[in-house]
This record gives sequence, structure tokens and C-alpha cells, in this order.
Amino acid sequence: MTNLSSLTNFSNITRSEGDPKVIHSGPSSRGVPDSLARGLGWFSLGLGLTELLAPGRITRALGMEGKEALVRVYGAREIGSGILSLSVDKKLGLWSRVAGDGLDIATVMTALRPDNPKRDNAVIALALLLGITAIDLIDAQATTMRHSRSAGRRRTYRDRSGFPRGVDASRGAARDFKTPPDLRHAPALAAVSPRTSAA
Amino acid sequence: MRALVWHGKEDIRCDTVTDPEIEGERDVIVKVTSCAICGSDLHLFHNFIPAMLPGDVMGHETMGEVVETGRGLNGKLKKGDRVVVPFTIVCGECDQCKRGYFSVCQRSNRKKHLADKVFGHTTAGLFGYTHLTGGYPGGQAEYLRVPFADSTVQKVPEGIPDEKLLFLSDIFPTGWQAAVQADIQPTDTVAIWGCGPVGQMTIRSAVLLGAEQVIAIDHLPERLDMAEAGGAITINFKEENVVERLNELTGGEGPEKCIDCIGMESHVTPAMPDTVYDRAKQILLAESDRPHVLREMIYVCRPGGLISIPGVYGGLADKIPMGAAMNKGLTFRMGQTHVQRWTADLLRRIEEDQIDPSFVITHEVPLDQGPEMYRTFRDKQDSCIKVVLKP
Ligand SMILES: [Zn+2]
Ligand SMILES: [Zn+2]
Repeated sequence: MTNLSSLTNFSNITRSEGDPKVIHSGPSSRGVPDSLARGLGWFSLGLGLTELLAPGRITRALGMEGKEALVRVYGAREIGSGILSLSVDKKLGLWSRVAGDGLDIATVMTALRPDNPKRDNAVIALALLLGITAIDLIDAQATTMRHSRSAGRRRTYRDRSGFPRGVDASRGAARDFKTPPDLRHAPALAAVSPRTSAA
Repeated sequence: MRALVWHGKEDIRCDTVTDPEIEGERDVIVKVTSCAICGSDLHLFHNFIPAMLPGDVMGHETMGEVVETGRGLNGKLKKGDRVVVPFTIVCGECDQCKRGYFSVCQRSNRKKHLADKVFGHTTAGLFGYTHLTGGYPGGQAEYLRVPFADSTVQKVPEGIPDEKLLFLSDIFPTGWQAAVQADIQPTDTVAIWGCGPVGQMTIRSAVLLGAEQVIAIDHLPERLDMAEAGGAITINFKEENVVERLNELTGGEGPEKCIDCIGMESHVTPAMPDTVYDRAKQILLAESDRPHVLREMIYVCRPGGLISIPGVYGGLADKIPMGAAMNKGLTFRMGQTHVQRWTADLLRRIEEDQIDPSFVITHEVPLDQGPEMYRTFRDKQDSCIKVVLKP
């Protein structure tokens, strides 16, 4: 039991004696971009919660006092991106992170003014932001590529009727089947249907 | 043995696991020769069905050879028998089974207490599905234990390739029941939402049962091609207005029979704003299912008509136009398929060449490529419609 999560080991308890239990795990259907998306999603949630709950710590560190309300709004945005990045629609989540990065960068730039005593912190924050933006961009692109429908061949199935005798010979071929009484519905209108009588 | 194992959202792996062992007197062990990935496996892949646990073996479309038998089978099954394993586990003895309502068997769900709590009353045990339906290990594996085997499996003859028989386990009977419970009349227009594997089988069933016209709705060109090949008139909802087109094709009256082969994860697009609304609610955990197709069916269906739902729903769906449904006097029929009710008859129809269900297979790969194929199937890459895995 080398690479099993504790959860997998735990859930084995719910299995009966004759049920298969994992001995060794193979490679996952999740690729690197998918796992990175999850990491970024959790990061968004953490950062978003901090921005929402303790905006003062951030504004003080960056010398941006008075911008607490804005930081809270960004926190809510960050949580939204996080939830999306962790969802099946992670592509959307990652691209929303990229857009959010743009906003964050523009906002931190305003803290680079020479008279800001916390200018050094703002420079560090900007460097970090640029780094994370690069990661977001790369992962957004990689995820989009990986899950794009255009991957692989374009095939057509025009010859796949599924009817060995052809479609026309198969229309009504199972009319010998009698609908069971519990599944009957409205009576047939063969005699009165305008569409049938016209034919 | 090797098996495809669920580890979390979008995390399926080909693991080495312990071999299944006989537990009950009516158990058999089947050596799997073919199994398939089903659309409803994707709901599990997305973790939209509650009560999956890491370590669960996937798969409910399976066939193979009996290699071990319990002691209580009274000779009804023996080593070497070739069998298709329906996804519904059935005791064959309870009131529901006797009625032919196998998918609501009262005795096969070994985690009945869970299902009783969530659904009010338990339904049948299912292979490779949530713990609400027993958490039975599935058949995307080299071996599968089948409980209540004598009433659960369908014996099949030698000499017919697996590919023609495998889908007796689920999608063929599911499409068939979807059409049969619509009680198709020779004057009926049958509209079918979704041209995935179940949709394709439903189209063929409706054609065989003699519908006047069969209309199929999707947006993927390769799936619409296949639908057309099977005798359907197609509507691409990305290019045409579904309601207008359906009315056009029915002299303004709407289809008598509407069949939902989509279920809880309908396509999301800003062109259909309700789908975006549903997706947003789903992400916020305020709704589990996206019932766009239900809404459209209720709206367009002819008054007095019938709505048949083989598509899987998992929990709560919002904004269902009950007013329209009630006033139009629509009949609703739905449920997991009573597979065993139809398999013998459908086997005969395959043997008689009325239908060859293998037409739907677009990919056939070894079991260890399963994790990748889940993704290919989900992302609809490589024109993928149906994946068969060979252990
Ligand atoms: Zn299925
Ligand atoms: Zn039963």
C-alpha cells in the first residue's frame, strides 16, 4: 500500500470481505494541468478568504490603507475563481484567474508610487503576481488544449445504421412486440389522424 | 487483478486490486471479456452522484465467462457459461422483481438503510455505482463478482461476437425501455433529446417499433450523422431552434412522445440562458441537476402526450414547469432500466439480425487505457461515442 491516500484506506472499511481492495494505484485520468488547476483553485479560495476576512492586513502591508472595501470585492472574486477552478469547468476558472491577475497587477501598480513607505513590499507583491500570472496563463492554455474537442480525428458515422437489413426494411420490424399492459398509453389514432389519412 | 478505480472527481486510475471472492450462495465470479464506459459513468467521473468513495471499482456494462460459482445456484449457472451482466442486480423473488420492476428490486441493495434515508425507499443494487445503490464493485475489471447471479445475468450463446451482445447489459435495453414505455403508435412522432449511446439505441428502438417519424436532437456532427444513419430526422440545436423545428415537423402540434436521453448534465451554453443559470446554481450547491431538456420537452410536447426519461437524474432539479405539465395532461415515465425484463427478447432480435448494436462502438482499447478514455469520452474528442474496454 505504497501510494494510497488515507481516504482510500479508510473507505476500504466500508467494503465487504469479497470486494476488491486497492493494492497499488496506476496513473490518473487527471493530467498535470488538471492537478495544477486544483492547486490554483485551492490557492484562490485561501487568498480569497484572507482578502474577505482580513483586508486590513493586506492594505497595511502594501501601504494601501483605505482600500479595504476593494480588497474585499477582490476576495469575493477570488473565491469565485477558486470554486470554478475546482469544478468541472476549470477552464473558465483558470481564465477568470488570469483576468483577475490583470486587475490585481493594475491595483498593486498604484502602490508603487515613490512616497509609499511600503513600496518595497509592493514590489515583492508585484513580482509574485507576475509569477503567478505566468503559471495561470500556462495552465489555462494547457487545460484548454487538453480538453478541447478538436483533439483527435474528425470522423463521420454516416454508414452506421445499426440495421443489418437497412433502415427502410427495419421501420416497424419489431411491431410483433406487444406493449405490456402497464406501459400502454393513449390509444392509436390510425383511423382519424389527418397525417395518416392523407397518406 | 487490474480494475478502473474511482479516486475522486475526474480521477480514475487503472489500479491493481485484490480479486473479488464469492460471498453469497448465489454469487458467481465472471472473467470479464468486454466492458464499456457508459454516459452515466461520466456523472460519477464528475462526482455529481453522491456517495462515491475512493477505491470504488467502476463499470456496469460487462460480459464474460463464469469461472467460479456459489453453492446455491442449483445448476442454473455453471463454469464456462457465457453471460452478459446487466447493471441492475436483482433477487428475482421480491414483489417488485415478480412484477418485472427489476431496477427497484427490494432485496439486492446491500446498503438499503442509506437508500431508504435518501430516496424514501430502497431501489435495486447496481454495479459500479454509488453506495446509495449498494456500492457494488463494477465490471471495468478483469473479474467481477455477481450477486444473485441466477436471476441477474443473461446467458448468451457462443458464436456471436462480444461487441454485438455487450450492450444488452445496459444501453440497448435502456433505449428499448425508453421507447417501449412511450407506447409508440404508428402515427407518433417521437422526439429524442441526446444522441449519445443511449440516444442512438432509443432511435433504433423507436424505428423498429414503427414510429411515424423519429427526430433526434444534439449538436455534435458525428452523433447527428449516426442518428441520421439510423433513420432519424436530426435537429442541431446550435443551428436551429428546437421548439420551432419540432412544431414545423408536426404540423404545429408538437411531438406525441418526447424522450430525454440526456439527464442531469445538459449542455451549457449562453444561447440557452437557463443552462447557465442551472450551472451556476450547481456550482453553488443550490441545485444538483440541470433539467434544461425536461423544460423543453414539457413545453413542446403535444397535450396528452408522454415524456419518457431514461437519462439519469441525481438529486434536485429546479424550475420545472409543472403548470404546463399538469395542464397539458402529460404522462411521465422514468426510471433505471428493468434490464432483465427485456434482455431475452432483445437477444432474439440481435440473433435475428433486426439490429446489430455494435454500430455505436467508436473506440475499443485495452483496460489500462481506460482512464485516458474517460477523458476522451467526456471531452468528446476523437469523435468518441462509445468506448469498449478489453481487460
Ligand atoms: Zn450505463
Ligand atoms: Zn428483487
